[in-house]
Amino acid sequence: MSPINELFAKQLSVINIGAPVFKDDLAAQKVAVTQLDWRPPAGGRPELITALDCLEARPEIDAANAEAVTAILSARPVLTDVALSALEAIPGMTPTTILHAGPPIDWEAMAGPMRGAVIGALIYERLAADEQEAGRLATSGKITFAPCHEHCAVGPMTGIVSASMPVWVIENATHGNRSYCTLNEGLGKVLRFGAFSGEVIDRLRWMQGELAPALKAALAFTGAIDLRTMIAQALHMGDECHNRNKAGTSLLIRTIAPGLAKAGLAPEVVARVLAFMHSNDHFFLNLSMPAAKAALDAAHGIEGSSVVTTMCRNGVEFGVRVSGCPGNTWFTGPAQMVQGLFFPGYTVADANPDLGDSAITETYGIGGFAMGGAPAIVQFVGGTPADALEYTTKMYEITLAENTSYTIPNLNFRGTPTAIDIRRVVGAGLLPVINTGMAHREAGIGQVGAGIVRPPRECFDKALLALAQRVGKK
Amino acid sequence: MTVRIDIRENTYYDSVTLMALTQKMAAHPGVTEAVAVMATPMNKDLLAGVGLLTAAADAAGADDLIVAIRAESDAACEAALALFAGATARRAEDKKTAVSFTSLDAAVRHLPGANLAVISVPGEYAAREARAALRNGLHVMLFSDNVSLADEIDLKTTAHEKGLLVMGPDCGTAIVNGVALCFANAVRRGNIGVVGASGTGTQEVTVHIDRLGGGVSQVLGTGGRDLGAEVGGIMMLDCLAALSKDEATGVIVLISKPPAPSVADKIVAAIQTCPKPVVVCFLGGANAVGAGGTYFAATLEEAARAAVALATGDKPPSQACSHEKLATMATVARAKLAPGQHAIRGLYCGGTLCQEAARTAPGEGHIFIDLGDDDYTKGKPHPMIEPSLRLPYILEAARDPSVAVLLLDVVLGYGAHPDPAGVTASAIVQAREIARAAGRHLEVIAYVCGTDADPQGKAGQESKLAAAGATLAKSNARGAYLAAAVVSREV
Repeated sequence: MSPINELFAKQLSVINIGAPVFKDDLAAQKVAVTQLDWRPPAGGRPELITALDCLEARPEIDAANAEAVTAILSARPVLTDVALSALEAIPGMTPTTILHAGPPIDWEAMAGPMRGAVIGALIYERLAADEQEAGRLATSGKITFAPCHEHCAVGPMTGIVSASMPVWVIENATHGNRSYCTLNEGLGKVLRFGAFSGEVIDRLRWMQGELAPALKAALAFTGAIDLRTMIAQALHMGDECHNRNKAGTSLLIRTIAPGLAKAGLAPEVVARVLAFMHSNDHFFLNLSMPAAKAALDAAHGIEGSSVVTTMCRNGVEFGVRVSGCPGNTWFTGPAQMVQGLFFPGYTVADANPDLGDSAITETYGIGGFAMGGAPAIVQFVGGTPADALEYTTKMYEITLAENTSYTIPNLNFRGTPTAIDIRRVVGAGLLPVINTGMAHREAGIGQVGAGIVRPPRECFDKALLALAQRVGKK
Repeated sequence: MTVRIDIRENTYYDSVTLMALTQKMAAHPGVTEAVAVMATPMNKDLLAGVGLLTAAADAAGADDLIVAIRAESDAACEAALALFAGATARRAEDKKTAVSFTSLDAAVRHLPGANLAVISVPGEYAAREARAALRNGLHVMLFSDNVSLADEIDLKTTAHEKGLLVMGPDCGTAIVNGVALCFANAVRRGNIGVVGASGTGTQEVTVHIDRLGGGVSQVLGTGGRDLGAEVGGIMMLDCLAALSKDEATGVIVLISKPPAPSVADKIVAAIQTCPKPVVVCFLGGANAVGAGGTYFAATLEEAARAAVALATGDKPPSQACSHEKLATMATVARAKLAPGQHAIRGLYCGGTLCQEAARTAPGEGHIFIDLGDDDYTKGKPHPMIEPSLRLPYILEAARDPSVAVLLLDVVLGYGAHPDPAGVTASAIVQAREIARAAGRHLEVIAYVCGTDADPQGKAGQESKLAAAGATLAKSNARGAYLAAAVVSREV
């Protein structure tokens, strides 16, 4: 039977695109009808529509995307080790390399907090004695600045990584690639927010000298820790693993504690290590981020794929990478201001624009994309649990898959929306939602609040145009 | 300036809740500073930073809650604290959020049973949406106009390959499975299948089928360009094929402007292989029986008559409708005309109705305006949706001394204005008054295209027009015939 004759035998189920009066008339006739919240695609810009037409309904792109989705979903990031220095672990690292969050940026263009963190790192590395000397060195051309993302690494906020900082080593057990991230320093005056005072440097040295070796020793006893499982559990405990990491941190402590006990460390060392992890609800963030990175790197560089493999910010620009534009091809736009709540005494005037590599979590289908399962977080934007669910459900429109590991209990254990497709982002004019912290715009003051931010649209517009050009006409 | 520090021992709220409440309190008029925090050392530093760390606050422990307010007055302090108390006591209301979709792909993923997309977005975007619908296996009713011919051919070619419908572009009328889509009337169901390349033409045929006691199985639209040489009748042929196979369809009616000759050949060939009787109304022909049992109807009404007869197993009537009564009515009206009144002014909302009527007008000097034409609707709604757009034209016609007959259609049904006759009636009264004041009789002939089951109700609409002094026609063709007869000298 032809589909037209089949239609004659069915109940009509209509999608109405345009005048709502037609929807009303259909509803009055008791017909199932859904009104599309339609708006001109790609903001009505002809060159983008042409690019969309070029990229949509193309079997080779769908196949490339299926490959990217499989890579992301099948990735199994495991915590294998703590490397006692970034220099020994991170590919391409040199004693004078400073890695930073976000897309590439020069010292001159860096935001206040990032400059502060660079100064702190140079002092920590004993390459400079004080702020002035560090500033001169930073401008001297002797320091190599590069994005964490271009070195298999990620860093929250300023994301500064220097040679002698210890780093978590995450291995993607499925694909064999590795990713790296520093250990989280806690809240308040910390390097990642651009603080570089004595206490900050002292803490970093303690982390290098005591915390990292202790955790490394503990891991040798516990063995590799499956982060995919831990993230899945944390999601069921109210974390979204970006802005809320209470559960993940607790799970990590619980897992690693026996190893710490067995490692033959002095009791006061064990106590300090446990207390430090316990004092910092975001300790797990520096594991959820590189876990996401390890999975997404495995999906990068698939010719023709329109899947987003990186979203990150350096405090000045937001940067996006897309699988089908291999290597370090960045699509950038101005970093946006975060909408949310401020700690007492701070206002929007204190906040730096969007900052950090932590949007890798949203790229991976957690963070803001998993807000439906983390209702406590939604209050940052004055929302309700129902709003939290809506944030998540909206993201299914711009993603290609439902996560097979990460689920939302109160969405009937539906998998989180995973694998952002730039075609859908531009086509629907719907931008990814990112949960994030807010840094003070001046170096060293720290976090001033938290909330929700969206990437600038132009990142995705540029990526779409570039991908369309790369794959050529149908 | 007043400061209030409230310490609630052993009371815990998470920091996010407290930040939200802090923001609320700080926004209260008269409040200059508000802090609600658990009394941890870090938070005490924060309090000290804003000068609110009293000795009592400093003594509080990490599981105590501090609410600190600085305000211009005691009243403002109290109000802020009340706000805090109220908010912490409040149970979050369960907000029901309806699922909404921005893209067709997303909607289809959520509604796997969706089978038809009705598209009425601006023409420049419509083809994209139609493509997405076809890609998702949906049939398409494409109401939008201003879709390029190339897009139309592409869409219909794709639809043909997939066996799907693309009704349109510029298709205003369809009734599928008894459901009226866009501009369509509430018509009884039955065994007559209709395929129309014209919106109001299809409406006229279906309301007459209903009036004559028949009913429709399916009413499909193709858009006005389908039978042109370029599109080649792709959709008309596909619809004809589907209705040929449809068990609920016993008779098929095709409605169109005369097709391109190359396309007409294809249609005729398809009709000849169709096992069911087919009535064709290529506006303007005569009643005739063609090869292979094709019945050609001269008017939309005749097409309905033929179809209803065939549907009940009869032969189509060999004679056209009798117009004797109309001729008598025309004579009466003609006697009232002043010298110089010789023209018909047809002001139409329905394009095909306008064409059908214009064809009947004798001689020269008549003006027929299709107010639904693109030239009149740029930036405005269609006059079927907004009939008041016609009113100035009615009054203008009344002032023209050459106009003898004002000929109007009033189209009912889904999609149309809820009371088009009501909107039009006062202008008819006014128009007749204008003519009378100038010593003329203005004959107003109106035709209501609709059924009593329509949301507007035909009988009620007709009585409003009659009360305004309009003569009511039983069909569009009869209205046009009457108008012609009034101004014709020979009759």
